[in-house]
Formats: sequence, C-alpha cells, structure tokens
Amino acid sequence: MTSASLSESRHRVLGLTDAEYELICQKLGREPNEVELAVFSLMWSEHCAYKHSKRLLATLPTSGERLVLGPGENAGAVDVGGGLAVAFKVESHNHPSAVEPFQGAATGVGGILRDVFAIGARPIAVLDSLRFGELSSRRSRYLLERVVAGIGHYGNSIGVPTVGGEIYFEGPYEQNCLVNAMCVGLVARERLIRSAAAGVGNVLVLFGASTGRDGIGGASVLASAELGEADEAKRPSVQIGDPFEEKKLLECSLELLERGLLVALQDLGAAGLSSASSEMASKGGVGLDIDVAKVPLREPDMEPFEIMVSESQERMLCVTEPEHVEEVLAVCRKWETHATAIGAVTDSGLLRVLAGGEVVGELPVRALVDDCPIYELTPARPARALYAAPPRTLEATDPGGMLLGLLGSANLASRRWAFEQYDCLVQSRTVRRPEQADAAVLALPGGSAIAVSIDGNGRRVACDPHTGTLEAVFECAANLACVGAEPLGLTNCLNFGNPEKPHVAWQLAEAVRGLGDGCRALGIPVVGGNVSLYNEGPQGPIYPTPVVGIVGELPDAARCAGIGFAREGDVIALVGSLSPSLAGSELAKLRGEPLPDGLPALDLESISVAHATVRAAVRSGALRSAHDVAEGGLAVALAECCLAGGLGASVDLGAVEELDVALFGEAPGRAFVVSGRADALAELDAALPLGTVRGDRLAIATGVATALDIAVTDLARARAEGLPALLD
Amino acid sequence: MKFGVIRFPGSCDEVDAQLAAARVAGDAELLWHADRDLHGADAVIVPGGFSYGDYLRAGAIARFAPVMESVAAFAAEGGPVLGICNGFQVLCEAGLLPGALLGNTGLRFLCRQVELEVETADTPFTRACQEGERLSIPAKHMTGRYWAPEATLDELEANRQVLLRYAPGENPNGSARDIAGVSNAAGNVFGLMPHPEHAVEELTGSTDGLKIFQSLRDHCDERLAV
Amino acid sequence: MRARVLIRPKAGILDPQGQTVERALPALGFGGVSRVHVVRLVELDVEDPATLPQICEALLCNTLIEEYEILAEDVLAAPA
Repeated sequence: MTSASLSESRHRVLGLTDAEYELICQKLGREPNEVELAVFSLMWSEHCAYKHSKRLLATLPTSGERLVLGPGENAGAVDVGGGLAVAFKVESHNHPSAVEPFQGAATGVGGILRDVFAIGARPIAVLDSLRFGELSSRRSRYLLERVVAGIGHYGNSIGVPTVGGEIYFEGPYEQNCLVNAMCVGLVARERLIRSAAAGVGNVLVLFGASTGRDGIGGASVLASAELGEADEAKRPSVQIGDPFEEKKLLECSLELLERGLLVALQDLGAAGLSSASSEMASKGGVGLDIDVAKVPLREPDMEPFEIMVSESQERMLCVTEPEHVEEVLAVCRKWETHATAIGAVTDSGLLRVLAGGEVVGELPVRALVDDCPIYELTPARPARALYAAPPRTLEATDPGGMLLGLLGSANLASRRWAFEQYDCLVQSRTVRRPEQADAAVLALPGGSAIAVSIDGNGRRVACDPHTGTLEAVFECAANLACVGAEPLGLTNCLNFGNPEKPHVAWQLAEAVRGLGDGCRALGIPVVGGNVSLYNEGPQGPIYPTPVVGIVGELPDAARCAGIGFAREGDVIALVGSLSPSLAGSELAKLRGEPLPDGLPALDLESISVAHATVRAAVRSGALRSAHDVAEGGLAVALAECCLAGGLGASVDLGAVEELDVALFGEAPGRAFVVSGRADALAELDAALPLGTVRGDRLAIATGVATALDIAVTDLARARAEGLPALLD
Repeated sequence: MKFGVIRFPGSCDEVDAQLAAARVAGDAELLWHADRDLHGADAVIVPGGFSYGDYLRAGAIARFAPVMESVAAFAAEGGPVLGICNGFQVLCEAGLLPGALLGNTGLRFLCRQVELEVETADTPFTRACQEGERLSIPAKHMTGRYWAPEATLDELEANRQVLLRYAPGENPNGSARDIAGVSNAAGNVFGLMPHPEHAVEELTGSTDGLKIFQSLRDHCDERLAV
Repeated sequence: MRARVLIRPKAGILDPQGQTVERALPALGFGGVSRVHVVRLVELDVEDPATLPQICEALLCNTLIEEYEILAEDVLAAPA
C-alpha cells in the first residue's frame, strides 16, 4: 500500500469525510502527514468545530450591557458591580460518562473548572445537570451512583462547592446518559485574561500534569508502532482526573495572573495541545512553534502525534514574555507543578510541530480553526412519534394517592441522597444550600449576592421543542426570581441526537429558536455554551435536551427568601397566571401516557410581570417564601413548601373544572406559590390568595369539597424515601 | 492575639478558617507548609481540605511538612493547636493526638449539619461553651470515623479528653462512642471532624462555631496577659 | 528489587468496603464467599530490601490501624 492510500483509509477511521480530506489536501497543497492528519481530524471534529450547529448558534443573542466576555473565550462573564465579574459556562461530558461514569463525571467537572480559571476567575461554585434511564435499570442505578461519586470526588477535593443541580430519569437516556457540568467563578474585572497569543518571540509554557496517552482513542490508528490486540490496554482512552493536581494548577494559575506574568492563558481540554495551541494562535492572528520533545511525558516512547492530541488532564498553556519565564517557572515550582517552555509565538500564521530539531508538522492556523466546513441542517418535522410512551407506574387515582406517588417518584423525590455527597459550604459564600431555595445563592463581598440555577426538561422539549425550550429558560429565570435575583446572562448545553437526521435537525433548530426567543424576552445574552450531538442508540435519539444555566444578581444577600413556609398564620398566594395542563406533565408520564404533539403556548408578557413581581417582593422582604410551580403542578409545589418549612397549609382552590388538572397540571416558569404576612401580600399585584400556613397537614379544598388532606409527615416520608427506595 | 492557619498543597478550608479566626481576633495569617516559621502565631489552626489529595491516607503526607515540626515544638511548649477535619487527620498521623480517622461507615462523603454536645467545657477550645450545650455545626468529610483501641478510649473519657460528641442519632460516620473531637492529654491540642469555621455567620448558617474561635482567643489573651 | 507491600486494616477494625463487597457477591450469583477485605497494595523498586520495614512503618502503614505484609519475591507471579 502506498502511504497516500494508507492516509485515505486512516482519515475515515478518524471521522473525516472524503470531502473534508480533500479540502485539507487543498488547504495544505499536499497530503497531510500523520501529525497533521491527527490534528485536523480533531480540530475538524464535531466536538471541536461545531460543524452542524455553528449556523444555528449564530442566531442567539450575544450582546448586553452587563456582558464582559462573550462566546468564543474559555468562559463567558458578566459584570456584577464593585469591579467584579462573574464567569460561568456549562459543558457536557456525556460520552465519557457512559463509558466510565466516575472518571467521566470527574473529568467533566475538572474541564469546566479549568475553562473558568483559564480566564482568570476563581471557581466559586459547581452545578450539575444529570440524566439517566429509569432507575428500574441496574445500569442506570450504577451510572447514577458513579457519576454522583465522581462529581463529589472532584469538586470536594478541589475545594469548590457544588451548590445546585438537577437529576432526571427518562427511558430515552438509557443508552446515552447526560452529564452537564456548570462552573461559576469570580474575578476582578481588570484580572480577566484572554487566550489570544501575542508578541512574536514570546514564550509558550506548558504547565500542570505530565502528558500521557489519555483520550487518544481513535487516533491510535495512526501509531506507527504495531500494536497487537494484547496491547490495547496500553492505549487508554478514558481520561483519568486528579483533583489534587488541578488544585495546585488552579492556585498556580491565579498566582501567575496576580503577579501580572501572563500575556495569554488557555486550558487543555478536548484534543489537548493541538486545540489549545490552535485556538491561541487563531485568536491572536499569529503562529506558534511547539517542540514536542520538550513536553514532560509520563509514558515512554510517545510519538509526536500522540503528544499533540493527548487529553491528559490538568494542563494549561500560557504565553509569557521571555524576561518573565524564570519567574513563571518559579511560581510553578512553588506549587509543585511541572512547567516547561515548549515553544514560541511566531508571525508565520502556522502551527509548526517540531520533534527536537525536526519539523514534523506544519499546519496553517486559519485552515485548522476557521476553514472547517460548516454544514447546513435539513430539518423536517418528524412524521411519526419518535419516543415510546413511558411505562405506567402510578396506580392511585385519588388526589392524595397521586400526590404521594408523585412526591416519591424518581423525578420529584428528594435529592438529598445525592447532594449530601457534595461539599456545598467551602469558600464560605453559600447563603442558600440545596433544597433551601429554588436557586443557589452565593454572597459577594459588599453584601450583595449572585444566584444561579441550572434547568432543562427533555421530555417537554420532545413534545414541543420551541415551547419546551422557552419553558426551560423561563423556569430557570423563575428559580432566580424566587430568591430575588435578576438574570444577567445564560449559558447553555444542547444535548441532541444525530443532527444529520432531519427530525433531530428539526428538534435542534426549534430548540435554538426557543432559546433565542427566551433570552430576548428576558433581555439577557448567551455568554457561551456547548453542544453535544450524536446522543442516540439503536432505540433512537435521546429526548432533545437543551440545558440552561442562568446567573443573576440580588442586592441584599440577607433578603433571598426560601422555599419553605415560615410562620403559622402567613397567607399563601399564587402569583402569575397558572393555566395548567397535563400535557407533558409528570402525572401524565407516571400514568404511562404517550407524549403529546405540542404544548400550550406561553404568554411572554404575563410571565415577565410575574417574575418581576416576585423578585421585587422577595427583595423588599414582603415574602417569607417563594417557590415556582414546576413539575407536578400546584399540589406538589404546595407540598414542597410545607416540607421545606416543616409546616402545614390549608388551601382552597375554589371550584375547579378538572381536579387532576388543577392539582397536578403544569405550566413551567409561569407561576409561583408565595407566602408572607397578610398585609404584605395584600399589596402584591395580581396575587391570588390560596390559603394559610397552619398546622401539620396539607389540606387542599375545592370550594366545599376536600381534594386532599395529608399529614406533612406522610408527605415527608414519601419524598425522603423516594430515591433510596429506588436505589436499593 | 494572632491566629496562624496552615496551608498545605490541597488545603481547601484554610481561607474559611482564616476568615472565621479574623472575626474574633482581627489578625489571622496563612502559614505556608514549607516555611518552618510560625510568624508569631499564638494559636495554630490546621485546616480542612484534601492535603496532598488524601493520597496514601488522609493527612499521611502533610504531617511531614516542615511547618509541622514547628507545630509539634509549639504544642510541646503548651501552645494551643486546633485541627479541623483534615487537620484532625494530620494531627493524629503526626502523633499529636491519639487515635485515627477511618473511612465513614457509609463509605460516602457526607455534607450535613450535625448537632454536637459539649462534653468538656473548661478547655482552651470550649471555654466559651457550657457543658451539655448543643452546637449546630456542619460536617463534611469522607474519612471521619474516629477510632482508637478500647483501652485508649477509656483513658480519653476518664481524662476528660473527649470535648465534643455527636448528639444521639447524629453520628454521621460511625465514630467510636460518638466522639466528634478529642484533645491530647495536656489539653492544648484539639482535633474535631465538624467544621466550626462554617458556622460563624447567620447569613450562611448557624453561629455556634464562633464559640470555638472565641474560646481560643480568650485563652490566648489570658496567656499573653501573663 | 521490585517489592510489594500489602497493607490491611487491623483485625477487629470495621472494614465497610470489604463488607460491602462481600454482601454484593450473592446478588451476582456467587455463594460461599466470606472474610472479604479490601486492602492496599504498594509496589516499589527498592535498592535495599532491608529498609522495607522502616519504609512501611514511617509512611506506608499507620501502625495504629493497619498492619503490613511484605510479599516475598518468590511468591510474586510473573508480570503479565
């Protein structure tokens, strides 16, 4: 076989189409050698190049008054006053978590942490959005346990609190679990650093862990050494994370920045050195020379292409002026972190890879980063139902039985089992811990605070991608309103199936349209995010799952309310227009109903008013509790308020047409159950009084009839035992 | 009076401890692990976290840090030393406290507010408390099960070296005899698994942890006045 | 010399990891398994094997709660 035809078949194994390969040859003016082919295959992969999503993402709003850093940098950032900015981003680590859930989740957290401190921000919080198949499956139980353990292991060890998150269990995620990790960081505005390499002659320094064969996976086909089957173990594709190494790396990076030693900083993530260096060169409009012989290795006999594409964790790349190199190395030594000068900034516009003295690869930066083909989607509404109806698991038909069934169901039960495995307190900023309020609240110096929530709902998006996504955005904003916070910016992770299939392309296009509409309605920019495609198996795609994280601000950390009813005698009211529907609801799911085609439309105007009303009332101290009505509808929301406060309630909904709809119908992001002193609530616009905080039972009446009357202790037991019972 | 808070590679709650100490004493400095100088600290805090990644055993490597030699000498002269969580583990590994910390019986990391009972109140660490008083303080650890041979445990109890116990039903990790914190025989070194530095401000939780820092400050003020 | 040291929890100290593994086996169809302990194995190249006991006692093993066993060279299986 000639080397040319060897390359041809290799490019396919590496995931490049024939057309893409030809384009590469055109750009280079020749065939790529193995180093160049490896780098192109990764830089032009879906994960790095967003080939199928770039066009859609360009339709999202990305500007705003408070925006400090938008999409395109390692993380986005918004201004929070006092000279401070809050950095944040969410990223997926779905496929690695399906392979090795502990390390997949751990390295997912590690990766998003690095993205945040790569722009100079100290990570101050982590949140996670997780989705698995139903817990009746042993594999899903195993994935849940290992993913939660992995997140805890990494976040706890590095000293960043995990303050929030969500976990859902739905059949379509059985073969493709979702692990989306979000990180929030804090930085003085003048300390923000970008990744653009600059200054011809400046030195490129690699610091952090040594480089091994982690994550090489598919690229191993390029290895010139012959490997038999028995040697497969020598080329691990699972990335192993070391949070202790990252802790040192984090402190080291922040100290380097504090001392003003860096021109640019970039973390090494997917595609390792090759993507980090290409991005740095591209942003700076420069070239970079890298000598792989200088890279500290942890495995013997690594080939240049392996060094370039290795995904060994806990590594950063920085650019520094020649006169600062010694000091940079000294700071790294102090933090017991390897650091080596491995290259330099040039004006060649090329990424040149050297091995010792010899050039082993020469890649035009533009070709790598900017010239990757972008594909048009061919969306088409699905002709038939894509998803099987969920199994029926709820037999109760009386309202009390249904409420207990819902509270104990996998999607609604208490997540205490999970969040107690996370340190939510380190760094002393946590004003609202998990389950205390609808959003996490973190104190800022000076008395104000930020709030953050992460939300998605795959099943509802499957019913109606545009409306479902709008709902996810509004539900996230509603969570913030409950703690008196005003949204400042949004990050998103789009988890979808194979976009080359028209029905998935349709889901994606409609969801992005909903995301854009939601952000525009809230007046906030998308600051950055991530796309994870090809999440599908023989049974078909996952539910289309856009996950959104919103950061907001509140002026007084002491005025952020909570979920729980606080005092006997307080009035309970409903704010916002709740026009509930069972379409796509948790009750419909537990009853085994097939997914409806379409969801009721949203009234954007009234949503905006409701959010503003609750936000203002929480800030003024008028409300002692605020909780948005979400999964499970009004009855579940009321139960959750009773449980969080340890107090009962007596509520009258008046005459209702359909009891099930009134109690359990959903309308995410639109309505709130609030409580407070009677006089304070009387002043609220459009607050519909429902009843009073009283006693130790939740009693819901509909005029003369009693719909349900349950002891709070019984509600508590159902909710507390839900997950543990399913995991046993 | 000045607090010194040690920082090892991998320490996580050292700044939290420094902030808590500064609330009661105004001066609290971080002490780098490689520096033998305690910089005039009147009380030393060995903080929580994951020094050296908890590799080999929690605290097993940090105990050999240069600063720990000075801490041992400081303790030998009667200087007060407070070990919190990982700090407790380091002090046990260093032999400055009896016993050892093993993995939680539940085999999982657990972050939870726990109720403690003050068993012994006339110590440098608990003098601001009453005997029998309950303190609400968060615990967050994976390796917090206190263990010592039965004979040692009997001795500790006889000598009033058990300063804090988990209240009935509150033991989160299987610690022997519900022990949450113990002191050395001389009474000047104290280790506890729960985190008092995370219970010093109403905004973020209870303020019961302040009493431990206040006790230490009062103790040191007295020592300094002499 | 390539040495291997096994470090086990001392007898009488609760080993919840070992117990958990032991309890999980019957559910997977394996009966007749007992006295399961999860122990730590440290492998190292050492020039002077006579120093191994000191190495164990100084760092590798917390002798209050653990005991160590230096595996004799002839017991070692050939590396895979």
